[in-house]
Amino acid sequence: MNHTTRKWSLRVLVIVYLGLLVGLPVAFLFIKTFSHGFAAFWNEVTKPDAIAALKLSGIVALIAVPVNTVVGVAAALLLARKDHWSARLVTTLFDVPVAVSPIIIGVSLVLAYSRIGWFGTALAAHGISILFSPVGITMATMAVSLPYVLRSVLPVLMEIGNEQQNAALTLGAGRLRIFWQITLPAIRWGVLYGVTLTIARTLGEFGAVLIVSGNITGHTQTLPIYIYDSWEQNYDVIGAFAGALVLASISVVALLILSALRSKERRLHVDIA
Amino acid sequence: MVSLANNDARDLDVPPAPRGRRYSRARATSLATSFVGGSLVVTYLSLIVLIPIAALVAHGLSITVQTNGWGFAFWHWDVHADLSAFWSSITQAPALHAIFLSLWLSFAVAAINAVMGVAIAWVLVRDRFPGKGVIDAFIDLPFALPTIVVGVVLLVLYGTTSPLHVDLFETWMGLMLALLFVTLPFSVRAVQPVLASLDGEAEAAAKSLGAGGIRTFAWVVLPSLWPAVLGGFGLAFARAIGEFGSISLIAGGIGRTTTASSFIYNLTQAFLWTDAAAVSTALLILALIVLITTNLVARQIQRRLSSS
Repeated sequence: MNHTTRKWSLRVLVIVYLGLLVGLPVAFLFIKTFSHGFAAFWNEVTKPDAIAALKLSGIVALIAVPVNTVVGVAAALLLARKDHWSARLVTTLFDVPVAVSPIIIGVSLVLAYSRIGWFGTALAAHGISILFSPVGITMATMAVSLPYVLRSVLPVLMEIGNEQQNAALTLGAGRLRIFWQITLPAIRWGVLYGVTLTIARTLGEFGAVLIVSGNITGHTQTLPIYIYDSWEQNYDVIGAFAGALVLASISVVALLILSALRSKERRLHVDIA
Repeated sequence: MVSLANNDARDLDVPPAPRGRRYSRARATSLATSFVGGSLVVTYLSLIVLIPIAALVAHGLSITVQTNGWGFAFWHWDVHADLSAFWSSITQAPALHAIFLSLWLSFAVAAINAVMGVAIAWVLVRDRFPGKGVIDAFIDLPFALPTIVVGVVLLVLYGTTSPLHVDLFETWMGLMLALLFVTLPFSVRAVQPVLASLDGEAEAAAKSLGAGGIRTFAWVVLPSLWPAVLGGFGLAFARAIGEFGSISLIAGGIGRTTTASSFIYNLTQAFLWTDAAAVSTALLILALIVLITTNLVARQIQRRLSSS
């Protein structure tokens, strides 16, 4: 087998493999959703249950994304300065939620904060319920989308070092001013990258949310749960596919933003696990 | 040099740097912000991740703590773990079946990924053809797509009403297809940068000495790729063994295709939380063992590579 044949067979193998594994299902999603026309799709997306699910997903993202962004940036600022075993430990612990099954994250939240868990009775006494409530959904979402901002910002911070910050410090700039005028501009693409990953993961999370949500239609259904329910309970292919297409479009947009950011900042790399 | 500088300073009668209030206050503020910020970050991490995982393991291993009236003085506590309950939870036939299914599927998927990952990375780095950029960008799509979207699409495409007449509903092949989809990027993205960073000198030398393409790849290129391949293998394995959304639908409802995470979900639906915690703990330990082993082996190879 000579060089050219080998090159061509490898090329064809890779294209066919990717086409069958990824291309075919994705194309099928688009074709099938619009097989009954755009009006049918729009009809499905604007059903009250679908709107309610979209709204809940939005609210959860509005809480989880800013909190995880602030925590991620703060953690990155603190961890970048230290090369202590404790700093490495915290960095590793941030990764736990994505290394572990989302189902396990869901079960662990229930066993800590629901009535059958460690603090459930105490929380219930104050009227806080985690299981079957939007509070639990938000917590589960926060847990599974925790590490992305830290992971995107930390390598950038490590590489820029603190020379500029020290220079500003000797010139009399205050801590806040240094953060806003020197550190933040340097890490802004990294932060944006992490935020995009966090949004993508937040809107798409299924397993962990399914465990804590109790799946109450119109009340504790996020968009992924609504898709699951449309199929599993009602065998509503068009409804499920319409919801799936909305989520898939969001992830395609996220993907495009990420690749644009990667070309701006070479230290960013593909890192959603 | 330092002592010389100091002498110069003394000779020139320059006073030592003032250690005034301003300096020490700035330092104190910085330490205080670090401390407060660090405490908040660790508290948040503990609340949403560490405490729940601790609760999970404690429930799974049936750990009970007797404080003996000493309150927070943990060195007087009696900690008792009921491992027989854990053992009987994870060794009931359906649990064992689910764990073994997850284990072998994840190994197979991670292995196929490792091979295909090297092939795809090779084509993306070394080959050149129109449309390559599009392929490169869409390798990450499985990461970005929500798992339930993958699950629904694969079920309709390869389910009982498959338009292609390929019915993989409730078969291990359906599970494997879904897992291959969601873990696709791991190996590619681990191998790609390493392959791109090879300078090709050793390859050119091997070729000039008469080695063929395959021989050069196996003896010159592959050795430097092993750590990345293993790293990708570990990540793909960990993801596959925990995967739920993409396989829960095509797995159907029968025991033969119930993976470990689906099994845990079924236990929670039956309110068998202690069993769910036990199987979760077992799964957690298995995933950790594989991740740590692949990491250690990869590091060992890396060390041998950089020393030679």
